[in-house]
Amino acid sequence: MSATSPASLTIHELRTRLASRAVSPQEVVDDLLARMERLNPRLNVYAAIDPDRLRQQAKAASPIRGRLAGVPITVKDNICIDGELTTCASKILAGFRAPYDATVIHRLRREGAILIPRANMDEFAFGSSTENSTYGPTRNPWDLDCVPGGSSGGSAAAVAADVAIAALGSDTGGSIRQPAAFCGIVGLKPTYGRVSRYGLVAFASSLDQIGPLTKDVTDCAWLLSVIAGQDPNDSTSAPVDVPDYVAGLQQPVKGIRIGLPELSVEGIDPEVHRAIQDAITVFQRLGCSTVPVTLPNIGSAVATYYIIATAEASSNLARYDGVRYGRRVSGDNGQGTLLDMYERTRDQGFGAEAQRRILLGTYVLSHGYYDAYYLKGMKVRTLIKRDFDDALARCDVVLLPTAPSPAFRLGEKIDDPLQMYLSDVFTISANLAGVPALSVPCGFSSQGRPIGLQLLAAPFREEVLLRVGYAYEQATEWHRQQPE
Amino acid sequence: MTTISPDVVTQVARLARLRLDDHAAAHVTQQLNDILAYVRQLQAVPTDGVEPTSHVLPLSNVLRPDESKPSLPQTSVIALAPATHPPFLAVPKVLEAG
Repeated sequence: MSATSPASLTIHELRTRLASRAVSPQEVVDDLLARMERLNPRLNVYAAIDPDRLRQQAKAASPIRGRLAGVPITVKDNICIDGELTTCASKILAGFRAPYDATVIHRLRREGAILIPRANMDEFAFGSSTENSTYGPTRNPWDLDCVPGGSSGGSAAAVAADVAIAALGSDTGGSIRQPAAFCGIVGLKPTYGRVSRYGLVAFASSLDQIGPLTKDVTDCAWLLSVIAGQDPNDSTSAPVDVPDYVAGLQQPVKGIRIGLPELSVEGIDPEVHRAIQDAITVFQRLGCSTVPVTLPNIGSAVATYYIIATAEASSNLARYDGVRYGRRVSGDNGQGTLLDMYERTRDQGFGAEAQRRILLGTYVLSHGYYDAYYLKGMKVRTLIKRDFDDALARCDVVLLPTAPSPAFRLGEKIDDPLQMYLSDVFTISANLAGVPALSVPCGFSSQGRPIGLQLLAAPFREEVLLRVGYAYEQATEWHRQQPE
Repeated sequence: MTTISPDVVTQVARLARLRLDDHAAAHVTQQLNDILAYVRQLQAVPTDGVEPTSHVLPLSNVLRPDESKPSLPQTSVIALAPATHPPFLAVPKVLEAG
């Protein structure tokens, strides 16, 4: 592939070339389509591709009007686009066409973006490997035997393999950051309330956020500037001004205090540990200082998360009952009762992991177990949030690995849900505490699999994350590496 | 809190409107017990006097003026349903024959 193939460009590079008419929106879309045709059969990053629809959008696109004029943005299959299929990679939403645009989609359109539905994902975002999809697993562009991470694995792999310019995903416990790390790209989970959730199919409403998956930090800032902001349609979106994140990137990082939590190295892959240590040296060379911090309750994060997230999920997924939308399965030639229809629809519509989470969530909320599990989980969540409040009072950003290991092999964890859950050990606490967190490429394992570092900041301090991430990116070459 | 039995799982499945056959119930019971055994580590975390967090933002009672606004047209919403009897949704009979 030539280095100037439009599909390989970042948003900011593409904007420059579109504005100067060096390339047209049609050429960009045609190049992406050609790559999709070649690579999607192997990678399975898109659940469906509609070339005509994309070409129509490209033809209608202005190359100049808007911050994303003529720029294609790939969208995860759980974000509603008016008139398009939105299925959350679930059989139960087979054939569902969204009747309205999510707020983030409205904002992308307003800035002139071309929308590319539908990036593959774990069903209802339940998973860390994109293996729980009715469309089959997505593969990691760096190693086809490995998972791309999840649940936004389709979005991450598409960006890494240049079958996307940039993508939107959603992050409930690491679903943007962990696949970004596994695929060697940049991913941001914004502060809870920074980006409207209107039109995002709900998984766990107190944890879910939409965010960007991009080729570099500049694109991440670019896309966040477009999608962030309060929205009357989401009462949990916060009344906080949106700064120009791109303009803030070049601010100096000298004197930034980087908090280093004491972590038990046990359970962290030695190559990941080494990459993080090397990154610390880079930050010190950039003039940042390091501060030891403690997160005493981080070890409880996975357990807390799998109570709270499954409780909220079981409640949110009660709406899929074969009545208002999606798929219905009736028994006895349609002569069965309503209850029979509910059970058949949900049994055949939900995959194994979705059923497991609904069961677990229903159990922890049920009479007699509520105090021991759900209430306890909410109290420990308070402690985890306090840990971050305390740590971030003493430093500007906290540095953690994004994932405890590089990408694992397909099938390796699929039959062991607990092991799969533990792959989110470093990402989950940001969702529980509501703080923003950015994953940036920071190296490769000896087998050539990408490694990511994670920066966390106080609520609504995304500009600090992006500034520090940008400085690190400028000082290193990891983000320039390309899969074969 | 000890382990949960397949009977409890079957009961929870019924509450969640899922249909688990005996084989599936046995398999998922094992997995749920593994997860619950892990989750029970929280019992060792002292939380006396700690308020629960259901939501991280310091927001409460978000209000807007009480004015009606247009909503999605009924026809386009009804059209999403797997079975309809316009302008209604159609469902199987609710009561058992008896």
